Amino acid sequence: MSADVNAAGMRQTYSAQVFRRYVMIAIITGLLITSFLIDVSTGPGHYPLSTVVDVFMDPQSHGVRLKVIIWDYRLPVAVTAVLVGALLAVAGAQMQTILNNPLAEPFTLGVSAAASFGASLAIVLGFSVIPGIGGLLVSVNAFVFALATCGFILFATRLKGVGSETMILFGIAIFFTFSALLALMQYMASEDQISRIVFWMMGSLSRASWEQIALGSILLGVAIPFSLLRTWPMTALRMGETTAESMGVDVGRLRVEMLICVSLLAATAVSFVGTVGFVGLVGPHIARLLVGEDQRFFIPLSALVGALVLSLTSLISKSITPGIIYPIGIITSLIGVPVFVSIILSTRREKLS
Amino acid sequence: MTLHIEHLAAGYGRRKVLQDVNVPQIESGAFVGLIGPNASGKSTLFKTIAGLIAPMGGSISLAGDDITHLRRRDRARRIAYMPQAFGCNALLTVFEAVLLALKQTGSWRVQSDNLDRVSDTLAALELGHLSKRGIADLSGGQAQMVAVAQTLVRAPEVILLDEPTSALDLHHQLSIMTSVKNEVGRRKPVVIAALHDLNLAAKFCDRLILLRDGKILADGAPQDILARPEIGETYNVVTDLERTKRGALYVDARLSA
Repeated sequence: MSADVNAAGMRQTYSAQVFRRYVMIAIITGLLITSFLIDVSTGPGHYPLSTVVDVFMDPQSHGVRLKVIIWDYRLPVAVTAVLVGALLAVAGAQMQTILNNPLAEPFTLGVSAAASFGASLAIVLGFSVIPGIGGLLVSVNAFVFALATCGFILFATRLKGVGSETMILFGIAIFFTFSALLALMQYMASEDQISRIVFWMMGSLSRASWEQIALGSILLGVAIPFSLLRTWPMTALRMGETTAESMGVDVGRLRVEMLICVSLLAATAVSFVGTVGFVGLVGPHIARLLVGEDQRFFIPLSALVGALVLSLTSLISKSITPGIIYPIGIITSLIGVPVFVSIILSTRREKLS
Repeated sequence: MTLHIEHLAAGYGRRKVLQDVNVPQIESGAFVGLIGPNASGKSTLFKTIAGLIAPMGGSISLAGDDITHLRRRDRARRIAYMPQAFGCNALLTVFEAVLLALKQTGSWRVQSDNLDRVSDTLAALELGHLSKRGIADLSGGQAQMVAVAQTLVRAPEVILLDEPTSALDLHHQLSIMTSVKNEVGRRKPVVIAALHDLNLAAKFCDRLILLRDGKILADGAPQDILARPEIGETYNVVTDLERTKRGALYVDARLSA
């Protein structure tokens, strides 16, 4: 022990590490902005980035046609990709922390399946959970079912003796239940309705509207400060429940508060774009590898990585075949999964510092 | 500042583990060893004092205030409890793990003196070389020392250590116990450590409390407690208390024939 690191050395190492984390956040933010701009400039007509930036600054600068294309068609899609990616990734990150399970996310816990069933209920039977909402029927139904599922998960975690493995089992049970119900709906549906259900489930950004974006932004704007205020207890929870409690964390209450927050995020994201698996898993996973699990960095970076992943997905979805926009749910799974697996296989824990 | 426990009863659900536990006046600056066989209620006593489980009766007072009704966070400010070590898979460095223990109370922002306190605590426990290692990569003994650091860094009035040396080699057992003893001398908290090694307890503690089946059987100075026949009976062994050439107490224990 003669050559032990002294106190000043430790401080310096830690400060350098914190600095690297800010740099990491800056890099991912830069990538996100780049991806976002390219996403807006890409489409049936390709516009130079400078034109896109001009139209951002002054909608009328390049004429009405460009204003309509960029502000009414491309921007809502591009912004929705960023927003929903962030919503899903933050929801996943928090679920993983609260349930102490790296596999927890809206998709694996059955929230997406519940939302799909809710949507199909609206499409096939025209049944609305909340009457009198007209055109938003499908989204609202999906939202209510997603939220109810989160509520059930919340209730289940309050039951005595339910560990985090049991939670995932619950998730699988929910997933199968709603998949079966969804199949039942499809069986009863007409051909036109079936294609609408399938299209909804595959996930699409084209349903985006500025109203939805405003709603999602408000939620994210509330959720991020809400979780940042709880970063120290949430980080402590990663040390284990008993350790966190011994440090003064009211674990039961923290779980309930965070699950309510997560439920809103997940339900909103899923009701906007349909089933998009995997972003809630990969966003937090990459963030964790980049900055560790100090939640002050982990939560914002999860949001950024999730946004980047879905923004890139949006870009890829229209670049594969010109003129065709593939459903994002398919892209995230097909391209994302191999990337994800290679990240897992090529990265080792020790790379943390 | 004293810790005082009267007629304390506690347990889990309907099962009562502690019954009428009385611990008169532990003065600040005392290093108390809590001894007793497995399942005698040591951890339950700690959890009750720390507020992780609510008492079924009796009172715990600290410096004259009854602390049983304090909110968990407020209680954690005054009492630090180190549970028995277990692994965790969080991607956090040792430095971060100790920092987060400190940041559970007080301001959100990491201030300069927070970093000083974390690095001084790690240095005092000879853990500097581990500070940037991931906690998931530590050995059992290293994880246990980090857990001690997480407790000491909070500088509380009462420190409860549940088997702080169970996974440590001889050098580190002595090193941890010496660090705790130094802390006792310097800042004068109340320290209670649950220990299985009676010789280690005799070497460092000023007072020993013998717990069995949720009741206190004996409470007093190590040389008195360890000489009592209850020690052998409690652990179901035969013991003799001797002094080594250097004057240290030594419990010679063997299985009864």
